[in-house]
Amino acid sequence: MKLTEEQIKASPDARGHFGAYGGRFVSETLIDSLEHLESEYRRLREDPDFLARFNSDLADYVGRPTPLYHADRLSSELGGASIWLKREDLCHTGAHKVNNTIGQALLAKFLGKPRVIAETGAGQHGVATATVAARLGLKCKIYMGAEDVRRQAVNVYRMKLLGAEVEAVEGGTRTLKDAMNEALRDWVTNVDDTFYIIGTVAGPHPYPMLVRDFQSVIGRETRQQCLEKNGALPDALVACVGGGSNAIGLFHPFLGDESVTMYGVEAGGYGIESGQHAAPLSAGRPGVLHGNRTYLMEDEFGQISGTHSVSAGLDYPGVGPEHSWLKDIGRVNYVSVTDDEAMDGFRRLTAVEGIMPALETAHAIAWAIKLAPTMRPDQSIVINLSGRGDKDIDTVARMDNIHVEGR
Amino acid sequence: MSRIEQRLGALGEKGRKALIPYITAGDPNTGETLRIMHSLVESGADLIELGVPFTDPMADGPVIQRACERALASGCTSRDVLEIVRRFRETDTETPVVLMGYLNPVEAMGYETFTENAARAGVDGVLMVDLPPEEAGEVVPWFRAQGLDLIFLISPTTSDERIRRMGEYSSGYVYYVSLKGVTGSASIDAGAVEERVAHIRELTELPVGVGFGIRDAETAGAIGKVSDAIIVGSVIVDCIGRHPEGGDSLHQALKSLVKPLRDSLDTP
Repeated sequence: MKLTEEQIKASPDARGHFGAYGGRFVSETLIDSLEHLESEYRRLREDPDFLARFNSDLADYVGRPTPLYHADRLSSELGGASIWLKREDLCHTGAHKVNNTIGQALLAKFLGKPRVIAETGAGQHGVATATVAARLGLKCKIYMGAEDVRRQAVNVYRMKLLGAEVEAVEGGTRTLKDAMNEALRDWVTNVDDTFYIIGTVAGPHPYPMLVRDFQSVIGRETRQQCLEKNGALPDALVACVGGGSNAIGLFHPFLGDESVTMYGVEAGGYGIESGQHAAPLSAGRPGVLHGNRTYLMEDEFGQISGTHSVSAGLDYPGVGPEHSWLKDIGRVNYVSVTDDEAMDGFRRLTAVEGIMPALETAHAIAWAIKLAPTMRPDQSIVINLSGRGDKDIDTVARMDNIHVEGR
Repeated sequence: MSRIEQRLGALGEKGRKALIPYITAGDPNTGETLRIMHSLVESGADLIELGVPFTDPMADGPVIQRACERALASGCTSRDVLEIVRRFRETDTETPVVLMGYLNPVEAMGYETFTENAARAGVDGVLMVDLPPEEAGEVVPWFRAQGLDLIFLISPTTSDERIRRMGEYSSGYVYYVSLKGVTGSASIDAGAVEERVAHIRELTELPVGVGFGIRDAETAGAIGKVSDAIIVGSVIVDCIGRHPEGGDSLHQALKSLVKPLRDSLDTP
């Protein structure tokens, strides 16, 4: 199926709704700031100065356009569709996250806010935020679950080198969702001088819309590169989904193309049937958390469930509201792979192509490995290679019972 | 006329101000919560805001966040919260009870079931922190059908247009959040509150309660003079948290905390 131009334009609607999802479910204290942010963003996204600055930063600071790489050996090993990698791992700071932090930090600058805050799970968004804050001379505080601070020590150190203050959040499950709660608390208290840089396409309106807009550069480039290199659109797109910013960035410019099938790959953890996973679209139900209505992992009483994934960046009980809508209308197929399958994907790409993906990204690789042999050699798949795997070396080494010296 | 209107109306006629304590249901356990409610009434509470525990209380500070964690650890579900109210009503049919919490536990039960069960248990009003009026249109009829007052928060930055819209949906009272921040934040400026409450009164005829940041009798008295009700949460919840054993020592401590608030409100 495809979406019509009208459907795409009307998503979100004026109140930030994607079908039944999204919205602005926050305490009254934040409403005024969100309304202000929305109207300023709608103005600035038409502003030539803002756009020129954003585009030149993407080119010269981030290093865009990122390459579309033909994974030749992997394709022939799998013996089906040809596999292409959109190399977001080559962005400055090593992941797609920076596309969005550049955009939001510029918004902060244009709105005259001297301080930015962010939540982070794996630390990639925290690093990307601290990076642009350093460059623009903004004060920066990063909230990170205490459990993630332990899992991602290298990124914590990186953020500190970049001049950010990192607060380990001890509440709740001590992961990404608790970091987001704490960042929202900071924002509501310091809203006059602080801009909250949300890292994914979730949260209250207008965040899911503006993060999507900033990340859509991924799909726009991919579209053009596919036409240049293959003379045709890809047949399938594959991206991992935690909150879902890299996936929506790739998918969005293709939503109107009927021939393009899309797969969002969630973290299946120990397996959906184990209950130990982070796959709300595959096994959750709609609810309200962090300012938007979306699919959530929750118990029968509406309490948010603990999640599990080998990848800290996917370890989140919710998902962006646009994904919930795209699932319900059947435009995107949401699937999951387990920790073990993701680890296999990580090793396979590393060994065959010399590209070490982030463990988040490895979920997309693992799905493409299953998908490619079911397709014809004249068909093509684009995988969003959303981040590089250096940050995960410790996790991978631990699984191999190897202690990496110097860490 | 709802129990909330009756109670606030009667106080208003006598020129008295309402004292509204907030506690989190199930902290430290459901049995103790029931005893705490009665003990608060004995100490002079006019209405009780009973928090429905939630795993992710984004608008609350650390004190109420920890209370939610304790309540959930004790196994308190939203069904148990309604059961506490039902048992409270066995002996107290006059003190209004307002459930305060987040949307997701209500949605999980379903609006129809929740409103029916809440009304049957003896709940009088509901305040869902993360339900702004823009999103409330579809759910308001469920609450009206069961005679439940729907209460909204007003902040220092809420526009006049939005206050009027809240006025259409809400009944009972409106809750003015006196400062930017989460529950239990720094103390508040009575002068600024007075000005803002006066403005809110021009836009709605509902009684105005003020909360967030009232920590002592002095502030309670000052804010009481310029509003219809004061809401006190974090200091009470903190007191409960410091007496995990419950029982007499907790009730004694709560009395010595709440009585001065009452006295201060009643001092002309």
